[in-house]
Amino acid sequence: MPFLLVAPSLLLVGAFFLFPLLLSVQGAFMGADGPTLAHFRTAFGLYRNDMLVTLLITGCATALIGAGSIAIGGYLTLGGSRRARAVLAWLYRWPLFIPFIVAGQSMRGFLGQNGLMNSALVGAGMPEMWAQSFLDWRGIVITFVWKQLPFATLLIAGAMAAMDRAQIEAAQNLGAGRLRVLLGVVLPQVSRNITVALILSFVTMMGVLSVPLMISGQSPSMLTIPMAWRINSLGDYATANALGVLACLMTGMVAWVWLRQAAAEKAK
Amino acid sequence: MSAWRWLPRILLLVLFAGFIFGPVANLLLWSVAESWYWPNRLPSQYGFRYWERVFRPEGQAMESLGLSIWIAALATLACMAVAIPAAWALARARLPMRGLILLLFLLPQAFPNMPVYINIARVFFSLGLNGTVLGVVLVHAAHGLVYAVWIAAAAFAAVEDDAVLAARNMGAGALTAFRTVTLPLAAPGIAASAIFVFLESLDEFTASFFVGAPDVRTLPLLLYSAAAGGNMQVAAITALILLVPSIVFMAVVQRFLRADVLAGVGK
Repeated sequence: MPFLLVAPSLLLVGAFFLFPLLLSVQGAFMGADGPTLAHFRTAFGLYRNDMLVTLLITGCATALIGAGSIAIGGYLTLGGSRRARAVLAWLYRWPLFIPFIVAGQSMRGFLGQNGLMNSALVGAGMPEMWAQSFLDWRGIVITFVWKQLPFATLLIAGAMAAMDRAQIEAAQNLGAGRLRVLLGVVLPQVSRNITVALILSFVTMMGVLSVPLMISGQSPSMLTIPMAWRINSLGDYATANALGVLACLMTGMVAWVWLRQAAAEKAK
Repeated sequence: MSAWRWLPRILLLVLFAGFIFGPVANLLLWSVAESWYWPNRLPSQYGFRYWERVFRPEGQAMESLGLSIWIAALATLACMAVAIPAAWALARARLPMRGLILLLFLLPQAFPNMPVYINIARVFFSLGLNGTVLGVVLVHAAHGLVYAVWIAAAAFAAVEDDAVLAARNMGAGALTAFRTVTLPLAAPGIAASAIFVFLESLDEFTASFFVGAPDVRTLPLLLYSAAAGGNMQVAAITALILLVPSIVFMAVVQRFLRADVLAGVGK
């Protein structure tokens, strides 16, 4: 009986997620006459650089999001000034639910040659000639960090806030500095939450089409761009599916690292 | 002395505020810039000409906004209709293979969405669903389902057993107890998940891009085509229309989602 209540939603997930995902795998391996690796050869041959750029962009963004959310979470947990903590907690959440495409459009103005970022830097004394457009892979990284940082911070700062304060206080009483407490006491206990937050961010960013479309579509770009190009301009589903499978494999690799770490933690 | 100790903190916070609000400020500036050409650091002419153009009743933006809201409402309805029973069963019934089912709902989050959407579009094309409102509603509902089930399940799980038991002891049937006790107590969490699904649909780009375009032109698609056509003003105004609900939701969500519900997501 309870199973009947779950069945319709399982059906939806099956029909609109699992089935198309299987189609994608099948499409990637099927040629005109039987299974083939030709689509992967095409994908590798044409889009090797895009794959590297995708890993570079998502990797950089994930690293920056990790560093930023740990810093913000750490200050919210250990920071000395109550007022600064309140301001920071109020500040960091704003982009949380802003859609990627809006983030992309905002950043297209902000990071451009005569955008507000350069205006602010020039106003602060940077020579005018240094003003350059960030609308390339760096712009994509910055947009991803801006959009995903609140999400990761919410998860990580939440886990830090739920920690037992006694341990932190004990370490502080023994004379440990704040950085020492953060690295030695807080981080080991929230490491699992950090991995979850970062992996979810990584997967999300891998699948985003709108940000690279808006910021910089120049080749090589993120894999979503050639995928869309293969379909909309060439009707070539085979190569697009091969690229899709490769994107899934990349995230699979990351998830594997995560599972291995979780298993190692359980073994402790 | 104390002012000096505050300086680095204030400087860092101001920098961070610039990073958070700078892009949005730039968006606002573009929306009222009637002309802004390089190398001008700021617009050379301000005005609301483009706002008038966008908000003209017969304009494309209003049509897209109406369509987007209609699609989001239908998607939310469809999504919650299947998500609420599932969430209740996952949270409160003894369900065999509960962990596995929860994991299945998490699966769409574990893969990049693009390959899934292009193949849905392909299937929809052969079914004649491509470029229809129904097609877009179906993908949006499926996309939102994952969040809806997880959040609503957490909301149901946070309802105290004693309250339900008390109702049952006083003779209420299972359905009456659900309707009069469980559902009202879980309502804030469920409302939050419904709003979230609505927003996700309103903001959704990739699936609409493949399934809906060019016939079903939602607001994000309009934003993209304005931006691709180099019309920064219309793109900025469209982006601002999409921005408002997200920020309002961010501001009120804490009221809906209590900390104990949030802590229970995924348990």
